[in-house]
Amino acid sequence: MEKKAIFKQAFNDTIPVLAGYIVLGIGFGILLRAKGIGIIYALVMSIFMYAGSMQYAAVGLISGGASYLVVAMTTLMVNCRHLFYGISMIEKYKGMGIVKPYLMFAMTDETYSLVVNSTRYNKKEDRRKYYTIVSALDHSYWITGCMLGALIGSLIKINTEGIDFSLTALFVTIFVEQWRSNKNHLSAILGVVITAVCLIVFGPEIFLIPSMILITVFLLLIRKKEEPKYG
Amino acid sequence: MDNKYILISIAIMSGVTILLRVLPFVIFAGDRRTPGAIIYLGKVLPFSIMGMLVVYCLKSVDILGGTHGIPEVIAISIVALIQYWRKNTVLSVVIGTVTYMLLIQFVF
Repeated sequence: MEKKAIFKQAFNDTIPVLAGYIVLGIGFGILLRAKGIGIIYALVMSIFMYAGSMQYAAVGLISGGASYLVVAMTTLMVNCRHLFYGISMIEKYKGMGIVKPYLMFAMTDETYSLVVNSTRYNKKEDRRKYYTIVSALDHSYWITGCMLGALIGSLIKINTEGIDFSLTALFVTIFVEQWRSNKNHLSAILGVVITAVCLIVFGPEIFLIPSMILITVFLLLIRKKEEPKYG
Repeated sequence: MDNKYILISIAIMSGVTILLRVLPFVIFAGDRRTPGAIIYLGKVLPFSIMGMLVVYCLKSVDILGGTHGIPEVIAISIVALIQYWRKNTVLSVVIGTVTYMLLIQFVF
């Protein structure tokens, strides 16, 4: 398939992410400036870290002077969900060649939600182009949003309290879309219930890890019943 | 603020993030067939993960004190309803976030 056609398709698919990343990125940039961290770090973080919720957390950690150990552990807790993404993309990203390292690096929540749901192309070569363009477009939106926010935050003072809710809102919209796209809601409900129970039992510091373990165990226990429903 | 501290912190966070993103691919590398259980998890996990992430975002909500999570419940309901009716992510996120900011800054 022609590269231009794939680009157009990829761009269309990423428009919701474009909007989300600009809003979230601006929120991050403003927050970063409000805490007195330099603009250059908005650029460095958006290029090399490229992780929405973690960058919000990073502002708090850095401005609070957290120790390197706390920094590493927090990242592990916040981003351990990416292990899950990798697991579900192993098959799709097989044989992606030279771009594979970038595809793996650039797999954020939103890019993941696009590539994992994509069944558009049959030829591997077309898929490779599509995944690469989607990943690179999303990355560029994020960098743009973060820089915009940092610039805005340098120029004007706004009360940003609550702006990080945009991340929650984005996840809720993806959740709603997945709910609509799949008749079988058991795995979605399991995710919510197990995580909520773990939050209550283990507390907000460490609950993600027991949640992930329990979700995996439960899903494996119901595999015989569930697997046929997913084709 | 100390630039060296900031840069090292960013390097650590980037490193851990990249490690988490790449690890599954390294473990199940090559032409070996991916185990059936992993392929199954790959199909069902995305739905569970999004549910997990929504709860994760609400981890610092104090139901027993403060605002009792009321602003969160209102804003999330608005986001979900708009998304369900209009299927427009941008609209849902922007209206939901502005509502939430207004609620916690002026109402609660």
